[in-house]
Amino acid sequence: MSIISRRRLITTGLAATAGLAGLGVASRVARRYGLIPPDGGGLYGVGETLDYAVQRLLTRRSLAREFSRGMISKTPFANPVAPANELFKGLQPNGFSAWRLAVDGMVAHPGSFSLADLKTMPIRSQITEVVCEEGWSYIAEWIGTPLHEVLKEAGTLPQARYVVYYSIESDWWESIDMADALHPQTLLTLGMNDGDLPVPFGGPLRLRVPRQLGYKSVKYITRLTVTDSMKNFGKGLGSASPEAGYAWYAGI
Amino acid sequence: MCYSARVSAGPLQNPKAPRHSAWVRVTHWLTVVAFIALLVTGVEIVVSHPRFYWGETGNVTMRPWFTIPIPSSRGSVPTGYGFEMPDQNGWSRYLHFEAAWLLVLTALVYGIYILGSGHLKRNLLPGRADRTWRAYRDVMMRYLRRAPPDAAEAHAYNAVQRAAYVMVIFILFPLVIWTGLALSPGFDSAFPMAVNLLGGRQSARTLHFFVSGFLVLFLVVHVTMIYLAGFRSRMRAMITGRAAHSQERP
Repeated sequence: MSIISRRRLITTGLAATAGLAGLGVASRVARRYGLIPPDGGGLYGVGETLDYAVQRLLTRRSLAREFSRGMISKTPFANPVAPANELFKGLQPNGFSAWRLAVDGMVAHPGSFSLADLKTMPIRSQITEVVCEEGWSYIAEWIGTPLHEVLKEAGTLPQARYVVYYSIESDWWESIDMADALHPQTLLTLGMNDGDLPVPFGGPLRLRVPRQLGYKSVKYITRLTVTDSMKNFGKGLGSASPEAGYAWYAGI
Repeated sequence: MCYSARVSAGPLQNPKAPRHSAWVRVTHWLTVVAFIALLVTGVEIVVSHPRFYWGETGNVTMRPWFTIPIPSSRGSVPTGYGFEMPDQNGWSRYLHFEAAWLLVLTALVYGIYILGSGHLKRNLLPGRADRTWRAYRDVMMRYLRRAPPDAAEAHAYNAVQRAAYVMVIFILFPLVIWTGLALSPGFDSAFPMAVNLLGGRQSARTLHFFVSGFLVLFLVVHVTMIYLAGFRSRMRAMITGRAAHSQERP
């Protein structure tokens, strides 16, 4: 076997140095442009960061596919959830008239909205597919107030980077970045297929994030918190999903 | 037997050069690592919904095209087994996509290498003489007779090997990456044709499953052939680059 030539050693060394320097620059640029997800550390952090960073570069403004009315699933399927807690049952009579959506954190005007308040804001309807990470899917029409309308009303501060959203079921919370929070299809959903949103599907209020998998579309939303960092929320991984082993970014 | 005369000239007509270049060896083993991770986690993901559909949508209220008769990790899937497998979907999905990145980036490096170095033209694309039924038949007959590989095969791939490798590199891997990407709702928002051309989301998932099956079939045949051709010498060639007999000094 021939000995490694000096030229080869030098070129390999230079290539390795350039590669390492390139990685260093790339991670700095990624951090600067907010391309590192909250769960970007650990064993699967490299894959998660690449998923998130590349999709953010490619899909910042792209729209989820919308379908024709004829494609609406005749038999939509709602993943079973735990039985409603006492808080939920207390609000259920009178068509959830006492349901409130609190908005706090980095907003100029913290406050809360009733379902009736949300209905007076601009309403959007869209026919999109719910895609579960298990593999199944269905198409439905979703009617509601775009999240960006509520954020505009509350006056999001410029340093905002994430919107955290909570279900009435404790321990069920998620967050999305501003690209998804301000996205026109991200909907505080009140209705489904021309009726009120049924409870199994998240009624009275579900945040639909159609560019991500179903587990980001949390049911029974009662609170939004705008923040510039996920560090102080739960274990700092972005949402309850990574704490249960699932990726924070679910656009894939 | 004039078979060996029809083997196209390999890089290693010169017995001193390695049978496999360092680029091929490194990308080969990276692909092995990525593929095994993808296979194990892919199976785990299927367990959470072992039903397959055709078209855009599919769920347990709809009739599946076919079902894999295994228990599921989700109670909502009617499998008839009466028990649930443990849920391994979280880390399986994290690792599936991380391994997919390793596979895609390795494929990029490999693609540039085989185009730039002439490896593709010289060693992978079947030469004129290899593109005949007779060439394929001769190789298959030799395999069936369990004839030992002739000298030329220590330095060059035969017609059947070339056809198999070209199919895996240019058809199966691109297809498995495409059908996989088509399952990403984020990717589809930017490139809706990726999923629409496949006939919808559930069709893409079913195709992803089938293409993966063909890749597993290739893996089984590939490892079997390595074993039959001489496991130690073939492994040594893919690790050190040297085929056994080319290490001897002339």
